[in-house]
Amino acid sequence: MDNYNPANMLLLLVILFNFFLLGSSRLNACIRTVAIQGGILSLLPLFLHGFSGHSLILAGGAFLLKGIAIPFLLLRAIRQVHIRREMEPLLGYVPTLLLGTLATAGAFIFSDRLPLIEIHRGSLFIPVGLATLATGFLMLITRRKAITQALGYLIFENGVFIFGMLLAEAMPLMVEAGVLLDLLVAVFVMGIVMHQINREFSTMNTDQLSSLRE
Amino acid sequence: MLELLLHLFLLLGLSPLLPGVIGKTKALFAGRTGPPFLQSYYDIWKLFGKGLVISRTTTWVFRAGPVVGLAVPVLAALLVPFGAISAPLSFTGDLIFFVYLFGLARFFTASAAMDTGSSFEGMGAAREVTFSCLAEPTVFFSFIVLARLSGSLALDTMFGPALYTAWQSAGPSLILVVACLFVVVLVENCRIPFDDPNTHLELTMIHEVMVLDHSGPDFGMILYGAAMKLFVLGALVVRLVFPGSTGNLLLDTLLFAGGMLLLAVVIGLVESTMARLRLLRVPQLLVGTMLLSFFSLILLLR
Amino acid sequence: MIAAILLLPFCGGLAAFCIPSDRFRPLLLPVCGLAHLVLTFFVIQGGQTAPLPMAGNWIVVDSFSRLILLIVSLLFCGCSFYAVGYLRYRIVWGNRIFVSCLLIFLAAMSLAAVARHLGLLWVAVEATTVASAPLIYYNRNRLSIEATWKYLILCSVGIALAMLGILFVAYAALAGGAQVSLQFDDILRGAANYSTPWLRAGFVFLLVGFGTKAGFAPLHTWKPDAYGEAPGVVGALLAGGLTSVAFLALLRTLQIMEAAGDGAMAREAFLAMGLVSLGFAAVFVIRQPDFKRLLAYSSVEHMGILAIGVAIGGVATFGAMLHLLNNALTKGVLFLAAGNIHRRFASKRVGEVQGAITLVPVSASLFLLGFLAITGSPPFAPFISEFTILRGIFTGGHYLTGGLFLFFLAVIFIGMGSTVLSVVFGTPPERKGDTNYRETIMTTGTPLVLLLIILILGIYLPEPVWSLVAEAAALLEVKP
Repeated sequence: MDNYNPANMLLLLVILFNFFLLGSSRLNACIRTVAIQGGILSLLPLFLHGFSGHSLILAGGAFLLKGIAIPFLLLRAIRQVHIRREMEPLLGYVPTLLLGTLATAGAFIFSDRLPLIEIHRGSLFIPVGLATLATGFLMLITRRKAITQALGYLIFENGVFIFGMLLAEAMPLMVEAGVLLDLLVAVFVMGIVMHQINREFSTMNTDQLSSLRE
Repeated sequence: MLELLLHLFLLLGLSPLLPGVIGKTKALFAGRTGPPFLQSYYDIWKLFGKGLVISRTTTWVFRAGPVVGLAVPVLAALLVPFGAISAPLSFTGDLIFFVYLFGLARFFTASAAMDTGSSFEGMGAAREVTFSCLAEPTVFFSFIVLARLSGSLALDTMFGPALYTAWQSAGPSLILVVACLFVVVLVENCRIPFDDPNTHLELTMIHEVMVLDHSGPDFGMILYGAAMKLFVLGALVVRLVFPGSTGNLLLDTLLFAGGMLLLAVVIGLVESTMARLRLLRVPQLLVGTMLLSFFSLILLLR
Repeated sequence: MIAAILLLPFCGGLAAFCIPSDRFRPLLLPVCGLAHLVLTFFVIQGGQTAPLPMAGNWIVVDSFSRLILLIVSLLFCGCSFYAVGYLRYRIVWGNRIFVSCLLIFLAAMSLAAVARHLGLLWVAVEATTVASAPLIYYNRNRLSIEATWKYLILCSVGIALAMLGILFVAYAALAGGAQVSLQFDDILRGAANYSTPWLRAGFVFLLVGFGTKAGFAPLHTWKPDAYGEAPGVVGALLAGGLTSVAFLALLRTLQIMEAAGDGAMAREAFLAMGLVSLGFAAVFVIRQPDFKRLLAYSSVEHMGILAIGVAIGGVATFGAMLHLLNNALTKGVLFLAAGNIHRRFASKRVGEVQGAITLVPVSASLFLLGFLAITGSPPFAPFISEFTILRGIFTGGHYLTGGLFLFFLAVIFIGMGSTVLSVVFGTPPERKGDTNYRETIMTTGTPLVLLLIILILGIYLPEPVWSLVAEAAALLEVKP
């Protein structure tokens, strides 16, 4: 395993960030961590596909959106509603961390058994992608505040992005641009809805959003 | 023979220097001059000359605690290579012996604390034992990683020459192991962010409160034992970070001593820049560290 | 021409954002709606039009596109007229976001219909999610916020899963040694060489992802909340337009699987999802106290019917394509009429809404007739399409499926019927205050027209419509 390959180092950092996100309750720190994670991921195409025009534009655009614009929107959203901390998640921090580690371990074991093509075998992209997907999913379903659910969605999208990087030929620039733009607008709308949630319910706890039921 | 003497000399002679260096680093950060480097030596010397005050409610356990606390690090040090100086004592599976030696010491310290019948000390004992319980899996996972890399279950070989080649083949795993073992050093020696060695409020103490009732030579033994424990556990981290060997024994010894002092500076740095964690968060952090070491094992296994 | 179809509503949306007057802004809606409808007719007549020059072959109008464009455009045009009346009633709230998002929603749906590149399709479907979320929130109360948040999160996650599916499909090409491209024709050409495990994994994710958007059970949990809390206009467009677009995405997936030779597995999955959806709908429709949530479950039911039709194949596929059209138009009738009733009574619950026939006679009778249509009574069009699907099921020998199909439909008929009848008939309850809503031609004209269309289609299927639907069905049956 070519260990000190910068792409592999960055991918390991991504996994460490996943663990941090699962265990942290400070919202500011979580948002900034997702921003750094997005920024790291946006640099990966440069390592994988060299410094061609396509990957430079993609990396630049992704960095701008994932690393700067989207976190800015989220930070603004929580500043307006003055929340600082997440409440105890549905499972508790320690069980969530345990689940996240199990999912990461499972991702590593599972990806060895996948029928990959030769150059991808043994690389860290697929397991890290799967682990990030699992982390995003865990955050989505176990957290109570709307903002952390939005963060979970962003982490999930980060995981999909990792997969997308393996297939740069299939994803032309326009589509990538469209995807990123969609993400930006989605987060923008989420921010607005979060603000409205806070205005109506005076809290961002989505437990309160449980009146609609059978 | 030479290794045995060097081990004992380094351990007994150098270990009280570490708390001094840590204190000096913290003072520098705070803009003070701080206590002199050799302060721990002066303290131990002073304490051994003082008289003993023993509570009437205690038994022999109370006297045994500090003695065991002094003997265990000496024995444990003989199992661990100091830098490139190999360990005098080594047998397969001695890593388990190593971990449980410290468990023995902890048991006696906690029992001595509870023997006094004071509720503060019982509280401190409970906290200390919980934290060590949570830190133990980390140590074991880290040792398993090293055992796999070196192919042996003896600490001497695990931390021996195989380490240099291990860094080339499994760098990321070893980086995580170093981080995890550093956290273990902080936990076991009751440093910030897990415990504040300078606090004077009993409700916030963990280790200090356990040794509150000891005095005179007993307290001296406790201080010395704590310094030696820091030295031995720190030696693991230093060996991991500086895996090579120059071949010249004197140079190796000097390098090792330098590494230990550097470790003390780093601990001082960590203590100066971080605040103590809320008690609720410590178990979460320790479980996180355990999961991190588990993850480093996974990285190795794939 | 195709560019005009996409750019017109988009520019209309931007223009709506800039127009300052709340009174005149809604008029933009029918203008754009009519223009869009006219353009759609031209595109449909034009046969297989040439691809858009600057977009390469990313935007191509094939038979599916034509059918979906017709459905979406027709429904939107009708709803735009209704919206003028609705927004006049709600003039106090302001409508800038509403009108602009509505037009952008139309643009996104049109883009999804003509997209020939999986990535572009994804972008368009995600855009529909983002554009429709503010529309659900228009009622500005706690319940609609809750519904909007659930809709946004669930659909966005679903779409992200669909993206994963798309990437797996591309990886299947990579692993199979075929050309890696997400352009649809390239995929269809090379699908036979794709690596099967990756393709199947991709299919599952695409099914789950787009299935969430379409509202198949058990991924439908956002539907009752969103349809229940959104204004009637939005509900009609979501239930008629958006589900059709999402189903189109699923049809594209099925086309890929057919081209790869794995169509049997895909059809089984569709059949299973269809039956599960029917089952869920049947259970939740019984004793449903909220008549707008009732319509959501009806939507789940009809997605199930569509899935079953497509899964069976043969003449049932024709029935399913026809049902896309019928379902969309009938849902339009139902939601618009339900919206009127809701406004008149200021409540959606069965206990508080009774005797609608005396207070809002046109809307109530439209609601009743719409109910009859959607549950498959002759002489309305859904009867024809459901009967065709049933014919396909039985001639194919799937007796168990057919039996379950009929059973669930019967249960749904009874369940819906009890709610609808108690809403429409009976004596109106004592009103604490009279809402000032009165029926106008704007708010009743559209559902009336749509119902007439359904009636006509049920009695006589005109030749152009027949050939449009048949061509769409033929796309699924062709094996390269």
